[in-house]
Amino acid sequence: MNNFEYLRAESLGQAAAAAADPATKIIAGGTNLLDLMKYNVERPSRVVDITRLPLKDIAETEAGGLRIGALVPNSDLAYDERIKARYPLLSSAILAGASPQLRNSASTGGNLLQRTRCYYFYDTATPCNKREPGTGCPAVHGQNRIHAILGTSQHCIATHPSDMCVALAALAATVHVTGPNGSRDIAFGDFHRLPGDAPEIDTTLRPGEIVTAVELPPEGFAANHTYLKLRDRLSYAFALVSVAAALRQEGGRVVEARLALGGVAHKPWRDEAAEAMLAGKPASPESFAAAADHLLRDAKGHEHNAFKIELARRAIVRALGQAAAGTPQSQTDKRIR
Amino acid sequence: MPSAEHHIGAPRSRIDGPAKVTGAARYAAEHTAPDLAYGIVVSGAIARGRIRSVYAAAALAVPGVIQVFTHENRRRTAWLDYSYKDDVAPPGAPFRPLYDAEIHYSGQPVALVVAEDYETAAYAASLLAIDYEVAEHETDLEAQRAYAYVPSKKRSGIPPPPSPRGDAEKAFGEAPLHVEGDYSHAIEHHNPMEPHASTVIWEGDGKLTVHDKIQGSQNSQRYITSVFGLKADDVRVMNAYVGGAFGSGLRPHYQLFLAVMAALELERSIKVVLTRDQMFTFSYRPHTLQTVRLAADRSGALRSIRHDAVAGTSRYEDYQENVVNWSGMMYHCDNVALTYTLAQIDTATPADMRAPGATTGVFALEIAMDELAERAAMDPIALRLRNYSDEDENQGKAYTSKELRECYRVGAERIGWSRRSSVPRSTREGRELVGFGMATGCWEAYLQKTAARATLTPDGKLEVATASSDIGTGTYTILAQIGADGFGLDLADVSVRIADSTLPTAPVQGGSWTAASSGSAVQAACQAVRETLLGHARGLHRSPLANAGIEQVEFRDGRITFASDPARFVTFADAMRAGGVDKVEAEATAAPSVVTALRYVSYTHAAVFAEVRVDEELGIVRAVRIVSAVAAGRILNPKTARSQILGGGVMGLGMALHEETMMDHNLGRFMNHNLGEYHVPANADVHDIDVVFVEEHDDKVSPIGVKGLGEIGIVGTAAAIANAVYNATGKRIRDLPITLDKLL
Ligand SMILES: Cc1cc2nc3c(=O)[nH]c(=O)nc-3n(C[C@H](O)[C@H](O)[C@H](O)COP(=O)(O)OP(=O)(O)OC[C@H]3O[C@@H](n4cnc5c(N)ncnc54)[C@H](O)[C@@H]3O)c2cc1C
Ligand code: SF4
Repeated sequence: MNNFEYLRAESLGQAAAAAADPATKIIAGGTNLLDLMKYNVERPSRVVDITRLPLKDIAETEAGGLRIGALVPNSDLAYDERIKARYPLLSSAILAGASPQLRNSASTGGNLLQRTRCYYFYDTATPCNKREPGTGCPAVHGQNRIHAILGTSQHCIATHPSDMCVALAALAATVHVTGPNGSRDIAFGDFHRLPGDAPEIDTTLRPGEIVTAVELPPEGFAANHTYLKLRDRLSYAFALVSVAAALRQEGGRVVEARLALGGVAHKPWRDEAAEAMLAGKPASPESFAAAADHLLRDAKGHEHNAFKIELARRAIVRALGQAAAGTPQSQTDKRIR
Repeated sequence: MPSAEHHIGAPRSRIDGPAKVTGAARYAAEHTAPDLAYGIVVSGAIARGRIRSVYAAAALAVPGVIQVFTHENRRRTAWLDYSYKDDVAPPGAPFRPLYDAEIHYSGQPVALVVAEDYETAAYAASLLAIDYEVAEHETDLEAQRAYAYVPSKKRSGIPPPPSPRGDAEKAFGEAPLHVEGDYSHAIEHHNPMEPHASTVIWEGDGKLTVHDKIQGSQNSQRYITSVFGLKADDVRVMNAYVGGAFGSGLRPHYQLFLAVMAALELERSIKVVLTRDQMFTFSYRPHTLQTVRLAADRSGALRSIRHDAVAGTSRYEDYQENVVNWSGMMYHCDNVALTYTLAQIDTATPADMRAPGATTGVFALEIAMDELAERAAMDPIALRLRNYSDEDENQGKAYTSKELRECYRVGAERIGWSRRSSVPRSTREGRELVGFGMATGCWEAYLQKTAARATLTPDGKLEVATASSDIGTGTYTILAQIGADGFGLDLADVSVRIADSTLPTAPVQGGSWTAASSGSAVQAACQAVRETLLGHARGLHRSPLANAGIEQVEFRDGRITFASDPARFVTFADAMRAGGVDKVEAEATAAPSVVTALRYVSYTHAAVFAEVRVDEELGIVRAVRIVSAVAAGRILNPKTARSQILGGGVMGLGMALHEETMMDHNLGRFMNHNLGEYHVPANADVHDIDVVFVEEHDDKVSPIGVKGLGEIGIVGTAAAIANAVYNATGKRIRDLPITLDKLL
């Protein structure tokens, strides 16, 4: 870890101005940034602590949704009564991730901006385009069990590791940001980006922009939803594949579907075309399989992760089935229904 | 009132438990000293080659940095390989930290940055730039298998495979039933919770007190004196508490060398603690490629056993373990051929990891036995009973005891073996397939030469002392139990001194021999004290015990009492007064009996059963129940004993389903070097583990009838789970861990 200067932000404006300097990093819960600093992956010369800023509320919006402050801890969010009742998919996805201690510390904004868990990215003794642009991507021909099958490029095949973000993608949330040049809203699907030829850039945030809140639209799919996470041990592991599925149904037919995947791409992978295929169809394994096939049409595996394609297909079918039946996956009893 | 055996055999809580849970127990990294400096190890980035240059100027310029040690400015140390060989070193040339520019493996220590505080050292370490000359490396055992060889020097304590008996190949051809398969398991790292660390306290005048993470203080002590040419009296090593080690702490590791070197060079106290990543840079359970071929007649009687193993080792040491011999001893068979060879890869030397060799070899054999049972249309237990042997078939010697039949019976009953369908993939519950599997476990019961001292004072307090360790197993507690029962004391009246190189000689804690060895030594020392004390009591003027023999008296309530007439007694204090002493002290040594060894062998046995649920579509395995039925002689403390089996069971579960260190062969580097990505089982993966000890009386294995429990819990567990997965799914997975992709 390098030496750095510590600044406690007193206002959003001050934090945004400071964060515009590329050598400055914002710290919230610190559960990701501090690890990266200890590994010498992040070497900021200044760290701006935003935890005193008033971004800790969950508030009703005029539209009938909820606005979640960027500093609301993951635990508080998951256990918030309004979230549990109206957006149980979000609650479930958060509880599928990390551990209670980490969730107590992790913030909503930090969760969006956490970085990939690619082994190479964390190990400064190895090349990595995301860490050091232009050095190459050893994962392509190396250990890539946990890597992406969708939207990859030859420059990077890393995944975004968040569970919470998969639910936010499915729920079509909006990200509120404030920067040196004012505030703007970013649709969740536009917030994270694909690696392309610039894998060092994870999101569409501009220099100095700070996430202030995440807004949920009124529809929470509380009746028919699930978050199904498949991993290498039953707790405290990142997803190999995860599925957030949500349905509105009438008389055994799907009216509206939401489908987003985690663990498969550089961003939470929501496929609106696959969702549209389900509209009007019977809520049956056949329609679910067709949607899964469509979502995975361009999937490409590597040496150790090719299994994810078939796993994702099966997981989508299972998750849509859970959602349709109104029997969401429990995050405490790990048995998969 | 305490009776003769009040504590031994009773479920006592750890006497060091309160110190551990309150934080009073200090581990190697938690000791401090005035003027303590901190060292951070810098790990190498390449798998093979040379260091061209080290650019240390930027690190040295950081205020608070004291020194950067590299191969260029290290202290001169011993010249001969021999001097670097610790008590458990395999044949070869031990790795010498910072010895020269040569890089032997990725992650090798290349520098030690020492500073006034930890943060400064860590920062300066990040500024060190190293330029390498890269050479070709090979880390893939499969690629090196073609160059496998029989090690020219055998590792002490590890029996090479026995010569073939009968004609295994011919018998294989003639027998009607065959199975043949290739088996392997992933490289595993020990990953104890406590990282390796050494705090070296500079006492002045070249004297050092060292708190080391090690499984034997005297091993570190000898290593330091030998490598640095120090006098034995000048180096004292302690390992009061060890937060798990599983074999990773049998040998002194580079952090000890570096800390001692810096302390001597700087004449200052120093602490070096490895990071979790660095815990992946010195020892591991080697990758081993195995082929097992079994043949039987139609009754299931084994006609031929062949077991071949190629194990990975480093380029500089021939690490060896007993992988295949189990296949020649566990069952009766007249035609047996076993081979064990090594192949070199560019990694650090592997190391003993819980039940080294047995965990590896028995996993393959016991899956093959399951396959054979199916081929023979027999119940897997019936097949094992059909081939049951009352002698070690390799050596033709009888067992000092072997209650394995009872383990099979009790284990089968506890798991509900009768619920098992012999047809794979035929039992379902909801979306999950249900399966049952079993396997035999086996581990040698050793007694190692160990000395102990017992000291009784007139106030009825006892101290027992031996250099043995407690790596979390409960040594403190069982020695207190043995000592207390020797004199009818409460546990609180016994103080146990262990984990200090100045105490009576004891070997490293490994091989599951500590309870039997140090326990027997303590008991012998107590017996010597009892005899001396009785002698003093007899000498009392008009002694009520004047003619009493040692078998006629009891020691309790601070008195020596005539057993058949409790009115006749002498208090401990009076006896000492009569003898004109203020304490009675004795030292004794326990050692294996040569006579017994001529005719007998001793092993701990287990029958492990598993019940699994497998999500048919998604391949997720849940091991919902494990039963471990163990025959281990006398159980000194059912509570700590159970913990050992539980821990071994969880580790076996990890081996079966989760644990895998992933090597990038292009870079020659382990990649998932942290506990987030190296998956040990989490609580959610560990369900019901039922431990049962069957009755087993053994008057030959050790003076106290104890066999040891540290490793038996893991042997067979992975096979039992893999066999259960087969029973559930019909998929035979011979490569561990059984991750979900293998079942899709
Ligand atoms: C061992 C381990 C296991 C884990 N397992 C899981 C898991 O299974 N599933 C899962 O989803 N997550 C998992 N996590 C990740 C965890 O969810 C994230 O670390 C956490 O959400 C990050 O939040 P934080 O507030 O601590 O972020 P910090 O570490 O404080 O910051 C992370 C990044 O976000 C930036 N940042 C923070 N807040 C803002 C803001 N308001 N605006 C702009 N930038 C900001 C920081 O500059 C930094 O770059 C795991 C983490 C660990 C360490
Ligand atoms: S996948 Fe991306 S993060 Fe991983 S090594 Fe390649 S470039 Fe780096």
